[in-house]
Amino acid sequence: MIFIFGLFLLTLLVITAIAIVRTEDLFVAVMLTSIFSLLMAANFFILDAADVALTEAAVGAGVTTVIFLCALALTDDKEKPRQGSRWVTFSTVGVLALLIIYATFDKPRLGDPDAPVHQHIAPWYIEKTTEYIDIPNVVTAILSSFRGYDTLGEVFVVFAACIGVLFILGVSPPRQAKKVTSKSTGLRHHLIPQVVGRLLIPFIVLFGLYVQFHGEYGPGGGFQAGAIIATGVILYALLEGESEALRAIPRGVLLGMVVGGALLYGSVGVVCMFMGGAFLDYSVLAADPVFGQQLGILIIEAGVGMAVCGALLAIFHAFASREILS
Amino acid sequence: MIDIALDVLSWILLLLGGACVLIGGIGGLRLPNFYTRIHAASLTDTMATILIFSGMMLQAGLSLATLKLFAIMLFLLLTGPTATYALANAALLSGLKPDAGTTSDKPKENSSE
Repeated sequence: MIFIFGLFLLTLLVITAIAIVRTEDLFVAVMLTSIFSLLMAANFFILDAADVALTEAAVGAGVTTVIFLCALALTDDKEKPRQGSRWVTFSTVGVLALLIIYATFDKPRLGDPDAPVHQHIAPWYIEKTTEYIDIPNVVTAILSSFRGYDTLGEVFVVFAACIGVLFILGVSPPRQAKKVTSKSTGLRHHLIPQVVGRLLIPFIVLFGLYVQFHGEYGPGGGFQAGAIIATGVILYALLEGESEALRAIPRGVLLGMVVGGALLYGSVGVVCMFMGGAFLDYSVLAADPVFGQQLGILIIEAGVGMAVCGALLAIFHAFASREILS
Repeated sequence: MIDIALDVLSWILLLLGGACVLIGGIGGLRLPNFYTRIHAASLTDTMATILIFSGMMLQAGLSLATLKLFAIMLFLLLTGPTATYALANAALLSGLKPDAGTTSDKPKENSSE
């Protein structure tokens, strides 16, 4: 049954991808990308990867769609017609597709118990998580403790992406700041979306906090929580106008969250070194090594959540405020 | 006995909900212009939400899952009609006139779903 469902979702995924490529209306393409992300999230979910599904749904279907729409408002929403033949493109894509399909022949079958990953590393993680860290969600344990370096790298990637966008789009052109007031009212005079939205925002943020602090026991963690809280704030910005959201959470606070989150993560590692362990070896943080691990995971997840939430909101504001100013 | 009755009732609700979604889908494809399409999709969706979630709650019995399903149903019942309203409102503001006589919204550019 689940096999048929998975096949159905993957087929829809391929159809959506082809539609994205073929459409010339960029607005339609953005909507289809959102649908693509939602289907992808459903796919992750039936593969039992609930953590990834949460991220994909919140970031892919939620935040990036809004950011794409903000970007579209700055440009034209029709694709430029292209001239000349495209056989170079087609042949490159064809060759690459064939290569990738050829490469999948060496891949172990999905769920194959003899696959290399199930031979030594995965059983080791599952076995040792209870001994070293003692939290039920093995994914969180791997993500933030066993593979802490990778996650640190991911946080720095988020940090770098945020800085890159802010460098390109500019933080705030101060000369035109006066023009903002009249236009950025959002949906203020549309009563129904506003009432319902206001009703939902506290629950969205509450759910984000739940995902943040429940990451050790169920699916979730810093990445998901940051993205969910960011969607809540973006919903507020859509309802009340972007400048109102910026007044609630000023730009300085957002940048502080991005920098502070990344710094918090890194400094936990350095503190571990000062207390006599290796970089990001949380066992030395407390007298009891297991509690030390849990404490370290809690702190670095908080850092990840802050960085992701701040970065997404800063990028959103970078696009949205430009739309109003120009 | 009561178990079988509940099971049958829940399956009736689920099938009715599925039929609602199907009708909404056909309506979304077949109806002539934007407002009639959105009308078909949104009303059937709301009904299907109630039917399908009631069916699933009966299947789940008295447990935490029922409470979660109820919360999701409440969420969908709030957001679905609001989204439809926002969509229709945006279409109206962008200049698409609600006219039952039109058989297509081709003349206007910004009309497709």
